[in-house]
Amino acid sequence: MLSATALSCIRGERRLFSGLDLDVGPGEWLHVQGENGAGKTSLLRILASLSPPAEGEIRWRGEPIASLAEDYRRELLFLGHHGAVKEELTPYENLILAARLDGTELNEVEALKALARFGLRGREDLAVRFLSAGQKRRVLLARLAVRKATLWILDEPFTALDVKAVEMLSGLIVEHVTQGGIAILTSHQAIPLPNGKIIMVGA
Amino acid sequence: MNTALAPIFAIIRRDLLLAMRRKSEVLTALFFFIIVVSLFPLGIGPETALLRKIAPGVIWVAALLATMLGLARLFAPDHADGTLEQMVLSPSPLGLLITGKIAAHWITTGLPLVLLAPVLGIQFDLDGGALGIMVVALLLGTPLLSLIGAIGAALTLGLRGGGVLLSLLVLPLYVPALIFGAGAVEAHISGLGAGGHLSLLAALLALAVFFAPWATTAALRIAIE
Repeated sequence: MLSATALSCIRGERRLFSGLDLDVGPGEWLHVQGENGAGKTSLLRILASLSPPAEGEIRWRGEPIASLAEDYRRELLFLGHHGAVKEELTPYENLILAARLDGTELNEVEALKALARFGLRGREDLAVRFLSAGQKRRVLLARLAVRKATLWILDEPFTALDVKAVEMLSGLIVEHVTQGGIAILTSHQAIPLPNGKIIMVGA
Repeated sequence: MNTALAPIFAIIRRDLLLAMRRKSEVLTALFFFIIVVSLFPLGIGPETALLRKIAPGVIWVAALLATMLGLARLFAPDHADGTLEQMVLSPSPLGLLITGKIAAHWITTGLPLVLLAPVLGIQFDLDGGALGIMVVALLLGTPLLSLIGAIGAALTLGLRGGGVLLSLLVLPLYVPALIFGAGAVEAHISGLGAGGHLSLLAALLALAVFFAPWATTAALRIAIE
């Protein structure tokens, strides 16, 4: 469903990777591995259409993602290094506003349920700046529970999470993949998920 | 609500909510405008003929500078916290979302200046007619300042020393708005009629409404890459 052929990426004067091929289908997840600076985040940004590759092509359902544009983005959920969470707003407001940005309306019950699932019950109305780094990360990850997207691209999703939250997120990814979704993620930690594909990034 | 315009309203609501939580940024521009405009009558003294003559220019220059104050932060927080990435990846066209951001910038920065200008204009002994023209000119001109400023803010996003570069880029582009905006009031005071100046200002605004979100979007895409 998502395939890439002969991808290469150049940052500044440095070639991060070249000739990279990948193919991920429904019900599969891909673990992108590599050392620091190998180009994992760059690869995810290229797959998310945030940056163009230096060479190569990416196809979604057989069509180049460049020509699909909004149709591709509608099926994509990308969570990057930065939280995309506003410190001045509450977790509830962040979730509702993120949904509006995605072009959907989220009702109060759904939003509160998603926040509760990520252990934020009782903190829905507290400004995010008063939350810990792990809790801020949970606010971001709550989007996974409410956004209906086929392709998840997650950059270091387990960072700053405690054991319980790691289990919760793993469960959510397994649920997504089992239902025919696709997940592509990077992590320096061992990922507690079964049967994933692995791709190594690096020159 | 029209679904095509829903993303614009979503962004406006979000940015207004954020402005309410970061009141100091909005109030800084407003107090800067009030103080700069009020310093002139205090410095010049009760020479009403001179004050009437300089009023349009003073109020417009203060409005330009007050608008400039928060411009560097128009996209910077969204860029720093990853929200801009999410906007680029939103199924809604980025141009619409950017239009929403520019509209929110005008509501929080330009609109308060428009509402305050007649009160400040009294210090310059402007009559009711001149104050009315001033408000109309600012109503047409301040959105133009936000639209042009957004292009500069996007072009300098993430650059070291971007604030200075932003001023150098944007201030020359503000000159037509300054000339026609201040000129409208001067033309009314001298009895020539402000219609021509206001029409040109409206034409510039119409042009910017179509061009600026497109140019801003293109610049932001480059900054994101």
